[in-house]
Amino acid sequence: MLSYTLKRLLQAIPTLLIVITISFFLMRIAPGGPFDGERQLPPEIEANLEAAYHLDEPLPMQYLRYMGNLLQGDFGPSFKYKDFSVSELILQGFPVSLEIGGLAILLALLLGLPLGVIAAIRRNSAIDYAVMGTALAGIAIPNFVIAPILALVFGVLLAWLPAGGWNGGAWPNLVLPVIALSIQQIAYIARMMRASMIEVLGSHYIRTARAKGLSESQVILRHAIRPALLPVTSYLGPAIAGIITGSVVIEQIFGIPGIGRYFVQGALNRDYTLVMGTVVFYGALIVLMNLLVDLAYSALDPQIRYD
Amino acid sequence: MSFRRLIPALLLAGTAAAMASGAPAATLAIGNGAEPGTLDPQKTSGAWETRITRSLFDRLIDYDVDGSLVPGLAESWRISDDGTVYTFHLRDARWSDGEPITASDAVFALRRLLAPATANHNANLYYAIHNARAVNTGKAEPATLGVSAPDDRTLVVHLDQPAAYFLQALAMSEAAPLPEHLIERAGTGWTEPGTLVSSGAFTLEAWRPQAFVRVARNPRFYAADSVALDGATFYPIDDAGAALNRFRSGELDIAYSGVPAARFDWVKQHLGDALRVGPLVAEYFYMFNLRDGQPLADPRVREALNLAVRRDVITRQLLGMGQRSSYWYVPRATAGGTRGRMAFAEESPEARLQRAQALMREAGYGPEHPLPLTLRYNTLEDHKKIAVAVAAMWKPLGVEVDLINSEAAVHYAAVAAGDFQVARYGMVATVDDPYDFLNAYADGGSAARSSGYHDADYDALVERSTQTLDPAARARLMTRAEQRLLDDYALLPLYDYVSAHLVAPGITGWQSTPTDVHPLRYIQIED
Repeated sequence: MLSYTLKRLLQAIPTLLIVITISFFLMRIAPGGPFDGERQLPPEIEANLEAAYHLDEPLPMQYLRYMGNLLQGDFGPSFKYKDFSVSELILQGFPVSLEIGGLAILLALLLGLPLGVIAAIRRNSAIDYAVMGTALAGIAIPNFVIAPILALVFGVLLAWLPAGGWNGGAWPNLVLPVIALSIQQIAYIARMMRASMIEVLGSHYIRTARAKGLSESQVILRHAIRPALLPVTSYLGPAIAGIITGSVVIEQIFGIPGIGRYFVQGALNRDYTLVMGTVVFYGALIVLMNLLVDLAYSALDPQIRYD
Repeated sequence: MSFRRLIPALLLAGTAAAMASGAPAATLAIGNGAEPGTLDPQKTSGAWETRITRSLFDRLIDYDVDGSLVPGLAESWRISDDGTVYTFHLRDARWSDGEPITASDAVFALRRLLAPATANHNANLYYAIHNARAVNTGKAEPATLGVSAPDDRTLVVHLDQPAAYFLQALAMSEAAPLPEHLIERAGTGWTEPGTLVSSGAFTLEAWRPQAFVRVARNPRFYAADSVALDGATFYPIDDAGAALNRFRSGELDIAYSGVPAARFDWVKQHLGDALRVGPLVAEYFYMFNLRDGQPLADPRVREALNLAVRRDVITRQLLGMGQRSSYWYVPRATAGGTRGRMAFAEESPEARLQRAQALMREAGYGPEHPLPLTLRYNTLEDHKKIAVAVAAMWKPLGVEVDLINSEAAVHYAAVAAGDFQVARYGMVATVDDPYDFLNAYADGGSAARSSGYHDADYDALVERSTQTLDPAARARLMTRAEQRLLDDYALLPLYDYVSAHLVAPGITGWQSTPTDVHPLRYIQIED
């Protein structure tokens, strides 16, 4: 298992290199640059800005410079957030995104899995329809609709919770963003769990277990849930990587100082270094999460072994 | 206790704890629009940054509560009769670390402002200073800049030629004297909390990226006794809807994120006493590509397009926030009094449309020979609404409009490259002076380079107006220049912008100003 893990980590290096290289050139091919604003800068000043960020050098040269710095762990200075390096921005924002995202995933699992299981057991019952109908709504309504409604209802009209702000991560400030972020995940997980439970419950070994005379609750708890978790687990890998790296919508609506906005805003501002930094970080997380998923597989499914 | 009751109870407990810990009473919570990229006043690029840096760094010349210029760190100044030598007498003031603020701090700041490595966005506003352009382009050493400090309290600035807007430029955030003793020592890290040393009414207390910037009263500020606030917290809130929610829930005292256009009427009705709308020195217009070979190189077409657009329909029915229909280029709120106006402004829409159709026929266009035209705008609901309306207004002229919507960076790059026929353009003043607008269409200016406009007489009028110091004579020259541009129909003005902010009713010492500057040092929270 250790050698498998090491092998996978080594394989990640060329993957990341390709991701970085493609992102670097895609970003530069995109029309518009970091200094294109409402008012065109005088050529003298544009030249000063380009020189300050080495944008006056040929593109291959800039690429080599970027890769050289990256190897030394230097993501470079942000174009827009000039007082910070990209590493500082990511390191300061990631714990916040991790906290909100982690809680949202936890909530999604705590609610989504049981709901999915119940819906599968009571298939085609009123409960099933209620759960699946709500889940469908949860998937269909985007979080840029849900988040402002939550802020309006619970923050402004009822005034139970702050309408936004981080406040050092105080729990009242966490509630609404975590709920807003988890609604879609609850819905996905519940639907996925239901589908996979239904499939498992129809399989031969469940019939065998029932034939052995096990009670229905034993059949479900001991034999059905574990294999049914497999598809959910493979979904969770990239989903967790996506959620703990923040959501631009949730962060902007609730004023959360996470890193989700850096990817979108960085791209819109042509903040080359910031976008590259988030790409590298996100890419590495995806690789890591996928590895963890594969390792979790071997725990869930006895047929899978890594030697 | 039910969950319903538990939450408010816990919140109350939290608030009580905060109050018991002695949190300052007079602190202002400000929704600041966006996250500052820097607190180095010479590297800022937007109002969300200068709102903070202005509270930290006093300029030689400051803004009053109504936006007019008043003495700042310079107690008084004298301008030589030929308008080229400015002598400033600095007041006895200290940095927040106790070091004296000297004229050499001002010299240091101006040299740093023009040094190429600083890459300041507005450096060209200071090109009137002797040798400034050479310094800024790396052809001369910063030490050769025409600024000197004969003694600790005297600053002399030599201009190559008179520049009527120069005092306005010195009131800009980037012209503030800077703590040489600190920057030499701390380098680029000098803006960090705990390191930064300020000269203004406030000092930097904390900065948590994307969460808040907190400033606290500076006891060493020269007018500290007149400052009412103990501090202020700037929250970076981009989303206007989110800012509105947080303002309504009492989390913000002032919201600078704008008001969501779709909710403007609701806000006006329900938060009328908090809504502050005022004219801005900013113009929304359509830029024409005037280069040879372009359909808009024909002045008849440009006039017809201008005639056919009914500005009032756009400002009243589409926008409705109090924007003023514009038949000019320099916004009417600008200090300095330009009064140019398109000739047809008072005519009836029917008469205008008839003349527009006649002009188009003359130019060879009509329903049988339609003029295909592209209209570019950057992604925003209001830009889209206006573009669709304008395209409809042009239709009776036989103009077939192809709308091109792109994200801001792509739009601006296309405009800068002259890759457009008609393009949405918003010009926001950097200084409250018509120079800023007029110069953009003069030779080498940003709008001239984008649009291909060139008129030697216009350039000469702008140049002369810049060097004329008598305000009335200068206003006449500037009006003539503006009128030339308008008689040429070089652009299609649509409206003068307004600012719309939310200010809690208990706040005093806050006014709408044409440059949208609201000095924190005058703001008070009434009980």
